[in-house]
Amino acid sequence: MQSSVSIHDLSLSFGSVNVLEKLSLDIAQGEFLVLLGPSGCGKSTLLNCIAGLLDISAGQIFISGKNVTWEEPKDRGIGMVFQSYALYPQMTVERNLSFGLRVARMPADQIAERVKRASDILQIGPLLDRKPGQLSGGQRQRVAIGRALVRDVDVFLFDEPLSNLDAKLRSELRVEIKRLHQRLKNTMIYVTHDQIEAMTLADRIAIMKNGVIQQLDDPHTIYNKPKNLFVAGFIGSPTMNFLTGKLAGGNVALEGVNIPLGKYSMQKAIDGSNVVLGVRPEHVAVGEDARKMPFTIESEIEIVEPMGADTVAWTKVGGQSLTFRAAAEVPLHTGQKVLVGFDPSRGSVFDAASGDRI
Amino acid sequence: MTADSFVQTSGATTKVGTNRDALTGPNGPRPKRISPARIGIYAFLIIVAIFFCVPLYVMLVTSFKSMPEVREAHLFNLPREWTIDPWIKAWSTACTGRDCTGLAPGFWNSVKITVPAVFISIIVSQLNGYALTFWRYKGAEVLFNFLVFGAFVPYQVLVYPIIIGLRDVHLFATLPGIIIVHTIFGMPILTLLFRNYYSSIPIEIFKAARIDGAGFWQTFFRVMLPLSVPITTVAVILQVTGIWNDFIFALVFAGQSNIPMTLQLNNIVKTTFGTVEYDVNMAATILTALVPLIIYFVSGKWFVRGIAAGAVKG
Amino acid sequence: MANIAAAPATAAVAGPSGPRRRFQFQAIIATLPMIIIGFMVFFVAILFTIYWSFTNSGMFPGWGWVGLKQYEILWNTNNWQIAVSNIWLFAIFSLIINFTVGFLIAVAMDQNIRQESLFRSIFLYPFAMSLYVTGLAWQWILDPNLGLQNAVQNWGFTNFRFAPLGDPGQAMIGLILGGCWQGAGVTMAVLLAGIRGVDQEIWKASKIDGIPTWKTYLFIVVPMMRGAVATALVLQVTGIIRTFDLVVSMTGGGPGIATWMPAMYVINAIQSKLNVGQGSAAATMMLAPIALLLIIRAVVSWRNERRAGMNVT
Repeated sequence: MQSSVSIHDLSLSFGSVNVLEKLSLDIAQGEFLVLLGPSGCGKSTLLNCIAGLLDISAGQIFISGKNVTWEEPKDRGIGMVFQSYALYPQMTVERNLSFGLRVARMPADQIAERVKRASDILQIGPLLDRKPGQLSGGQRQRVAIGRALVRDVDVFLFDEPLSNLDAKLRSELRVEIKRLHQRLKNTMIYVTHDQIEAMTLADRIAIMKNGVIQQLDDPHTIYNKPKNLFVAGFIGSPTMNFLTGKLAGGNVALEGVNIPLGKYSMQKAIDGSNVVLGVRPEHVAVGEDARKMPFTIESEIEIVEPMGADTVAWTKVGGQSLTFRAAAEVPLHTGQKVLVGFDPSRGSVFDAASGDRI
Repeated sequence: MTADSFVQTSGATTKVGTNRDALTGPNGPRPKRISPARIGIYAFLIIVAIFFCVPLYVMLVTSFKSMPEVREAHLFNLPREWTIDPWIKAWSTACTGRDCTGLAPGFWNSVKITVPAVFISIIVSQLNGYALTFWRYKGAEVLFNFLVFGAFVPYQVLVYPIIIGLRDVHLFATLPGIIIVHTIFGMPILTLLFRNYYSSIPIEIFKAARIDGAGFWQTFFRVMLPLSVPITTVAVILQVTGIWNDFIFALVFAGQSNIPMTLQLNNIVKTTFGTVEYDVNMAATILTALVPLIIYFVSGKWFVRGIAAGAVKG
Repeated sequence: MANIAAAPATAAVAGPSGPRRRFQFQAIIATLPMIIIGFMVFFVAILFTIYWSFTNSGMFPGWGWVGLKQYEILWNTNNWQIAVSNIWLFAIFSLIINFTVGFLIAVAMDQNIRQESLFRSIFLYPFAMSLYVTGLAWQWILDPNLGLQNAVQNWGFTNFRFAPLGDPGQAMIGLILGGCWQGAGVTMAVLLAGIRGVDQEIWKASKIDGIPTWKTYLFIVVPMMRGAVATALVLQVTGIIRTFDLVVSMTGGGPGIATWMPAMYVINAIQSKLNVGQGSAAATMMLAPIALLLIIRAVVSWRNERRAGMNVT
């Protein structure tokens, strides 16, 4: 089976600034790939290169087996959805959907059929006569997706499509996009800075920083086995706990605290080196549950943050901050002495200097 | 397609990237071909640019020729013998209907009119813009709309009542009179300019100043004025250009003793004793246009901003 | 600035008294000039002019009401009729040429031209030159004996004729040429600003849709440029109605009265003929199209506001 989108050694520089360097990526047919990262990491730039809206400095791009490196966007077999919807403001919805097809001189009945199909899938039929200015944000975004749908292509590109919507609409449309993917089974490349969108929608996530892909894995792996400090800190809310210490004979030594690593499988362990142990707040147990954990310690609660569904509390271990999550019913208050515990082998150990996972 | 590509199934850990040797087929940036459309666009722009340059070129070229050469009627040729006599004559000895003092007196009159008028009109409009943006009081909006309406009214509609008004205060055909006229007619656009600019300043700055205890005038001088340097520059350029280039107000309101350069130019050019001295006329014309032209070329982008700012209305 | 945060803050909260009222008072003082002038000049003066147009004012403004008599005289005066037809001619051609040329230049400039700022400087410098100077320059170029016509003839095209200013039927051509030379650049600047105001993502979308560049300009960008077009239109029209300097310098109204303009009629009536009534009537006629334009604009923006208020966002 051929990959749907294939990128070989893609580089892009603006003058002397290297935005993307020798990037390679293969995306399978029907896969939902998310490009995730903070602002300026190059994810949108990469998407624009795939779309053909940006000229690359080196490398090749293949879509559906065809070398499209020099092709115009319209000949690449892609559809694209933008953050600001980019609907043509003076045209009706129907016109917005059909304008590209009309320009390509498609027969009218074919156009009508495609428009109907798209509007049925996205349920925008009743909106066909309205202009974008008369639509709500969510409706506009559906029309934007519809415009990509009528093109009847293999690959869909999404450039932060939900960022302009409020939180509630965002979660609604997120589910719709997932349903769309399940129904259409097209390859979708999706750019976002929101880790929740990434985790919920992706088959695989490519986390990017400074133009380099830090890790390319399915969400589960990225969540449980992050490859470096950056990825570990980016995914997960509240942020992963980072405890810095020295590696000493199978333990991580903090100030006055020794954390045995137990079954953690290390790859390149150098005794005496500085390491960072990462533990997710949701993997830290408190009270009775803590006793079952391989590592426990008594600590005092400094701050309590009630979140409604659960509570986040801040304590200190070996002089360093440790947060944990507990169910809302567990009584916690500042100054309370509790027993906390976790399983270090479920955590992640990183080399303090390079940030890489060891 | 090629044997090189193979797919990574999504597993626990996937290698990023694949192995490839040399790149075959299209790679790297798209080859740039100069399309006929691009050539056409450049050709169009160049032709239009030449058309725009012609008058200035012709004026310059003519002004450096002597009259015999001018009469040869080769409008576009460079001077065979360059001479600056026309310029000297234009400045100091060209004759109007009444005397032969050249453009020089007109120049100084223009300066006398422009400098105060620019200064006053900008200060007043700035104050208005500031007051209107941050201190809204009843009736201000209505008056402001009248002012804006005034920006579009043809001057001729208001000329006669203003004549009467100035006569009544004995300021008709005086220097203060024409300065007042320029201030009045400059106010609508300038107030609009400043108000639009101040509207774009976050109101938090203003509120912070108020919380710090600053009053109306203090806020204006210590906070707003320093923030307004860009827009004030634009306003100065607009006003200097407009007032220096003015003709009709000078004609009606300046009086005999304050004839500015444009009017003086008119008197020189329209006076013909015998043959018309085109080279002198052209030199005089360029001299008159020189001040705003220099400002324009020196301050390039500010000028453009001025047009855009003055143009973006409502 | 002394930090007396407590006093003004609480005073402001307490209600419109104390420092608040003082600030308002100072605001009023600062804008008093505008109040006076705004009111007097642009309201009262216009009213006076309109009023005097209905009187039998001669050399001095009078109070004898004569109804529409001045207008009757006005519209029967040859000078005025010619002036009106001239300005219509001038307006229509100037608008068409300025908008077409301005738009074409703007589109060309939008294509990532290498020397864009140089070109822009060239297209806009006429704006820095007064209309009077512009008129003189073009008068010289169109001189029938020493200007363009002869230069081209001397190049060998002995049958070349182009000296419109000497011919009453053609003199307006010269005026239109000079006026457009000055006005096209500004129109271009405003339209270019409108073109550039179109969101980049719309361009991306149209590229993905495969819409050719020229169609994107015509069907997508131009409909989005209403604001810029309106601005350019207003700038143009107000400038055209005021046309005075250009005519005085280029033709003096001639040959004969072939290039008279309404503005000249007004000034002439007031200064030379000393007929305030006629001058006021002519001036009021000049005001009418501007007033109409502004009313249309107000209605349009009022309707847009209403429509925007009905939007669901």
